[in-house]
Amino acid sequence: MRDVSHLMKPMQDALRPAGVQADHIGSLWNLTLGLCTLVFILVLAACLVALWRAPRADAGSAPDLSSLAGPERRTWRVIKWATGAATVGLLVLLVGDVLTSRALARLPLQDAVNIELVGHQWWWEARYRDADPSREFSTANELHIPVGRPVIVTLRSGDVIHSLWIPNLQGKKDLIPGRTATLRLRADRAGTYRGQCAEFCGLEHAMMALLVEAEPNERYEAWAAQQRQPAAAPGDPVAQRGHDVFLARSCVMCHTIAGTSAGAKLGPDLTHLASRRTIASGMFPNNRGHLAGWIADPQSLKPGVNMPANALAPDDLQALLAYLETLK
Amino acid sequence: MTVRGDTDQRARGTWPDPTGPGLPPGAAQALERTWSDPPGIVGWFSAVNHKTIAKRFMVTTFIFFLLGGLLAVAIRLQLAQPNGKVLSADLYNQVFTMHGSTMMFLFAVPVMQAVAMYLVPLMIGARSVAFPRMNAFAYWIFTMGGIMLYVAFFLDIGPDAGWFAYVPLSGPQYSPGKRVDFWAQMITFTELAALMEAIVLITTILKMRAPGMTLNRMPLFVWTMLVTSFMVLFAMPAVMLASTALITDRLVGTHFYNPGEGGDALLWQHLFWFFGHPEVYLIFIPPLGFMSSIIATFSRRPVVGYPAMVLALIATAFLAFGLWVHHMFATNLPELGKTFFTAASLMIAIPTAVQIFCWIATLWTGRINLKTPLLFVLAFFAILLLGGLTGLMLASVSLDYQLHDTFFVVAHLHYVLLGGAVFPLFGAFYYWFPKFTGRMLSERLGRWNFWLFFIGFNVAFFPMHILGLQGMTRRIYTYPEEMGWGNLNLLSTIGAVGIALSVLLFVVNVLRSRRHGELASSDPWGAGTLEWSVASPPPMGNFPLVPVVHGRYPLWQQPVAPYHVTGLTNEYREVLVTSVADAKLDHRLWLPSSTPWPFVAAVATTILFIGSIFTPWAIVWASVPVAVAATVWFWPGRAITRRRVETEVQP
Repeated sequence: MRDVSHLMKPMQDALRPAGVQADHIGSLWNLTLGLCTLVFILVLAACLVALWRAPRADAGSAPDLSSLAGPERRTWRVIKWATGAATVGLLVLLVGDVLTSRALARLPLQDAVNIELVGHQWWWEARYRDADPSREFSTANELHIPVGRPVIVTLRSGDVIHSLWIPNLQGKKDLIPGRTATLRLRADRAGTYRGQCAEFCGLEHAMMALLVEAEPNERYEAWAAQQRQPAAAPGDPVAQRGHDVFLARSCVMCHTIAGTSAGAKLGPDLTHLASRRTIASGMFPNNRGHLAGWIADPQSLKPGVNMPANALAPDDLQALLAYLETLK
Repeated sequence: MTVRGDTDQRARGTWPDPTGPGLPPGAAQALERTWSDPPGIVGWFSAVNHKTIAKRFMVTTFIFFLLGGLLAVAIRLQLAQPNGKVLSADLYNQVFTMHGSTMMFLFAVPVMQAVAMYLVPLMIGARSVAFPRMNAFAYWIFTMGGIMLYVAFFLDIGPDAGWFAYVPLSGPQYSPGKRVDFWAQMITFTELAALMEAIVLITTILKMRAPGMTLNRMPLFVWTMLVTSFMVLFAMPAVMLASTALITDRLVGTHFYNPGEGGDALLWQHLFWFFGHPEVYLIFIPPLGFMSSIIATFSRRPVVGYPAMVLALIATAFLAFGLWVHHMFATNLPELGKTFFTAASLMIAIPTAVQIFCWIATLWTGRINLKTPLLFVLAFFAILLLGGLTGLMLASVSLDYQLHDTFFVVAHLHYVLLGGAVFPLFGAFYYWFPKFTGRMLSERLGRWNFWLFFIGFNVAFFPMHILGLQGMTRRIYTYPEEMGWGNLNLLSTIGAVGIALSVLLFVVNVLRSRRHGELASSDPWGAGTLEWSVASPPPMGNFPLVPVVHGRYPLWQQPVAPYHVTGLTNEYREVLVTSVADAKLDHRLWLPSSTPWPFVAAVATTILFIGSIFTPWAIVWASVPVAVAATVWFWPGRAITRRRVETEVQP
């Protein structure tokens, strides 16, 4: 069984930035929070003091109409000063926002990792681009990125609008059909960060997460090199039988395993399924029990998902699982 | 020297003329007869009196508020624990869509128009609203649209694409079936009603004010409704266009929103938010009028800075149309353009700040009568202020990248809409309830109602700020236990139960006080505006004698001759039409009689709208009954025309 302890503490928190972009936004947040708290306290205090000092009256008390006779100069002066102060505060926020936007746009992009991310109902398809087409590879629902190197994520959608949000690294960006957006980020601290679809995208919007593993560059390169390899041929008879089950059943209608004849693109690429930590778009740990349940009856785990139930004989299922576990 | 109108005098119709002869014998009865709607079942459907329609309108919107509230409780129960099993994913999506749609389209906007339909004529010294039959028609259209939506929901075919119904999720490919069609057609119903109500209000306010009530003397609540109604005229067409294009995409295969065929998914968002952001102000501006009315009365002085208040309202209305893109910061629109919308979004805080400062100054320099209506209004300062400040955070493009579509936004919008609209609205109910019914609401229950609501609200919604920052996104029907969001969600659910209890207390208070409450005089709070010059509840014709206005607070200020208008007939529904700016006498107008035809026309229109969900041909065949009903509705009566010609006075 794989180690799933990281799932106990997924990092999905805008207040704990782990990258330069989230840091910029975090600084602006601190400034804004401080200023707004001050304003809140001042206005509420003024309101409470007004209540405390004003004499009490009842419905029969004669109204004070002196303000209809002449202007209330002293009161007006205070209101004007307060409005002026509020305007200055707003200008500070505006300048802070413009400076932050500029800082976000100025992320140095030398030596960037290029990832094309396509949103689907309800999973993420990732393709690592490269100038050399033979070095490109696909994966799903789990990104690995090198610490300290910029990452350019090109965002597209295959169906409805989704939104990519990995709060520890960067703000969110929508994936809109017919449009292409980019999100630039850089992880500066190693760790596993969780992201989630932020735009309501239908029935299982709640179950559309992804993991981002930020790791030192050499480990990232090793991972990428591994991902570029086609799947290894099954090494034992059980796995061989699983391989045959996969190719004979409806699995091949939707999934790809590079190195075999399975090349469909409707569902996640399974070439290195066993190297991923989760299944079902970040929802369940990738272990034999969950994988078996997922293959047999995905609708009970994630109702409405596009994957159909597969009535496999117990032996076939075990063989298929054994094969899938070899896809490291 | 100040004079408060005396109840006895008012009942006799001699106020504000202390020496006047009052009404001739039988005049009050004749007036009551003239302005009453006919009795019986048919009479019930024939009602056009603005107070009758407005009361039904208020009750209807309040029922929708209760339904929307129950849905909110269901949402909170589902989210109270990780991996909640109270609602299925499908039902949850229907429930949150219905909650948002109900609160926005069936409660928050129409309830303001409903209250205004009752109060505006009374505040401006008019005997009716303009176009009373259209007012009735608008009410029926609204009600039928709401009923259609709930019938669909109870049949498990309720909409499930969110109250914002983003395409392409709400389009034909990803939302097959009729669910979204019911939603889109509900938009048609409610926006049609809102547009008609806006026309009625604008005409009433600009042309039917009592002589002497110049624009400069209009109560601030009437100003807020004038501003709001103009905003409706410009905002609603955008969403009607958007939803109609959605309907044609879904029903007849157009491709407005289909990027595959040259359409654009973002077009919907632009059109929707060009309406959607001003809509927040449609909800928020009328309560500013409640605030000004209640604060003036309970601090025993006019509101500080009347011109500043009016200009702030108008500035808010203009700026409200320049902010819509701040709902779309996470899209790939040009960054420089987004900064413009940040600036505009920050700028709109200035007029709101001016108003808040003016109210605080009013409290500061006044003498305070701390009753339940004022308590609810004071909650505005804490809650709306916090919601406004989090709004400034969301206005910033960079911060919005993190906060957008998280529970932080859920917290923000509830702080704004409940603090800015629902709390003042409850204050307004406590304040005007004696005028509506002739009885006071219980003050003791009122305080329990307030404190339970105030505490429950903050317990329910404050934790959501933190949840959003901790990464909890919106519109998710469940979340894994490892995310660590369970405790704060449980706390939030406990707060929601507190809100539900407080609303229950309010309902108990209303039902008990309606029968057993303390009797209210015409002016139980010692207020200064005209609605308090007539009996509680007001006679059917509102003013036995139409007043002449000489100031902003006629009941507080010394009466000046001329006191009232004479020469209007009591036998027909005759009203005065006055000039737009100065309210100078223009001419007399006879308003139409009560009739069931607006109701029949509304039924025919409902058949057309619902039929067109199922077949485009319904627009052809169902327009025949609509045309017939409308023709009968407008058919002039022989007798009344002859009488009108006979009484004509040539200049």
